[in-house]
Amino acid sequence: MPVYKPTPIPASEITPRPLFNERRRFMQIAAGASLAALLPPSVWAGDNKLAGVKNPAYTVPEELTPFKDVTSYNNFYEFGTGKDDPAKNAGGLKTRPWTVTVEGEVKKPQVFDLDTLMKIAAIEERVYRLRCVEAWSMVVPWLGFSLAELIKQVEPTSKAKFVEFISLNDPSQMPGQQTAVLAWPYREGLRIDEAMHPLTLLTFGLYGELLPNQNGAPIRVVVPWKYGFKSAKSIVSIRFTEQQPVTSWMLAGPSEYGFYSNVNPTVDHARWSQAKERRIGEFFRRKTLMFNGYEQEVAGLYTGMDLKANF
Amino acid sequence: MALKNLNNKTLAWLKRGVFLLALVPLGNLAVAGFSDGLGANPIEKITRSTGYWTLTLLMITLAITPLRRLTGWQWPVRLRRMLGLFAFFYACLHFSMYLVVDQFFDWEGIAKDIIKRPYITVGFPSFVLMLPLAITSSDGMIRRLGGKRWRQLHRLAYVCAIGGVVHYWWLVKKDLTNPITFAVLLSVLLGLRLFYAAKDAIKRRRPAAV
Repeated sequence: MPVYKPTPIPASEITPRPLFNERRRFMQIAAGASLAALLPPSVWAGDNKLAGVKNPAYTVPEELTPFKDVTSYNNFYEFGTGKDDPAKNAGGLKTRPWTVTVEGEVKKPQVFDLDTLMKIAAIEERVYRLRCVEAWSMVVPWLGFSLAELIKQVEPTSKAKFVEFISLNDPSQMPGQQTAVLAWPYREGLRIDEAMHPLTLLTFGLYGELLPNQNGAPIRVVVPWKYGFKSAKSIVSIRFTEQQPVTSWMLAGPSEYGFYSNVNPTVDHARWSQAKERRIGEFFRRKTLMFNGYEQEVAGLYTGMDLKANF
Repeated sequence: MALKNLNNKTLAWLKRGVFLLALVPLGNLAVAGFSDGLGANPIEKITRSTGYWTLTLLMITLAITPLRRLTGWQWPVRLRRMLGLFAFFYACLHFSMYLVVDQFFDWEGIAKDIIKRPYITVGFPSFVLMLPLAITSSDGMIRRLGGKRWRQLHRLAYVCAIGGVVHYWWLVKKDLTNPITFAVLLSVLLGLRLFYAAKDAIKRRRPAAV
């Protein structure tokens, strides 16, 4: 596994003053929220706040996508295929109690209660780009910690080559599952070194709050250099396997959705171009960056690999 | 039957009503646009909505001939030109979104799309084929072309509709519910035409039997 080195920042990337001020205001709010989070939980009874320390190594010099857009424009087919369906239909999802089964090729398989799992490492705030395979994108302040922290706890064996994520399968809570639009439960997967990469975030919140249901509550992963669908939501099970898992989207369209699905402006979707994207809130399209702008961090994972063949 | 023919006054009112009704989708978009109601991706919303209404109005336009055969009503034909022109109107809005907002007159990018993206390969000519139909929709043009030739030319509407449905089918990521609905509807409408054409042909061949 390559050691993570922060990338040097070129002058062109320096944040303009208005953005900086915006960020500063955001940080003040976040700081306020963090302080507030120190109060006894009873003060916050029924509240959704989640505090995280800002990690300056993981941010992008771009404007945050407004909270309203992040929480109202979602692809989460468990709640319907329309972009506004998840916000409308996810109200019935019960996120407590919630357990995550971690099993397979590990020395210490465990069933984690969500509240226990959230405490195994310090929660950080990280600002990541999110690039959907449909050629739109956002910038989101997520809250969580590296998935590697969890993986270390369960001690994968030498046979653990892949990690599979399985999402909740319960049509009574997830009305979209009453239609077989995808193979339920939703399955996603990563290679073990991708899963161990510090950028891969086990995520519990966004914008200083616990994840809203429509964003994959109560626990999801965020893999910022891959198309959004690789970042499994509402996870109930994490399995370590020797064989490459078959994901729901690979089953849905083998020629269109590969296992890797790295953001790559030079490898188009079978039916549309991936060279450009529409950043939510912007009028014209902007150029898509190799590995969604995380090339220096993750390109080493794919040295010598044909990225066109392994799309 | 009272519904078979409408007097000119009733028809004029009906035309006004249909005209306003056909503007409702545009009005909805405008209202949503001014009240922050287009959601996080307004451009996608407008593109999708205008595309949807192009197809819907094409279907309604193509429903008029079978409707006349089924019911014997004559008046719907008097609304057909307006409905067809509205389909063209929404197609123009739809295409403008692509031309201006998505590509910003990047002709090279557009040419590449037409060659490489199957949904644009069928969508673009389907739009272009609507142009001669819109241009020849006036009474003067019908007269100049002559009824027979005009009717032949306007059969292109079938090609436009088929192309439009295929275009929709090919761009949808996974949920094909809407494209399938349009495809079924269009198959019925075109199927009825084949059925009536066959029936007429049989009738012509055996006039004595009638």
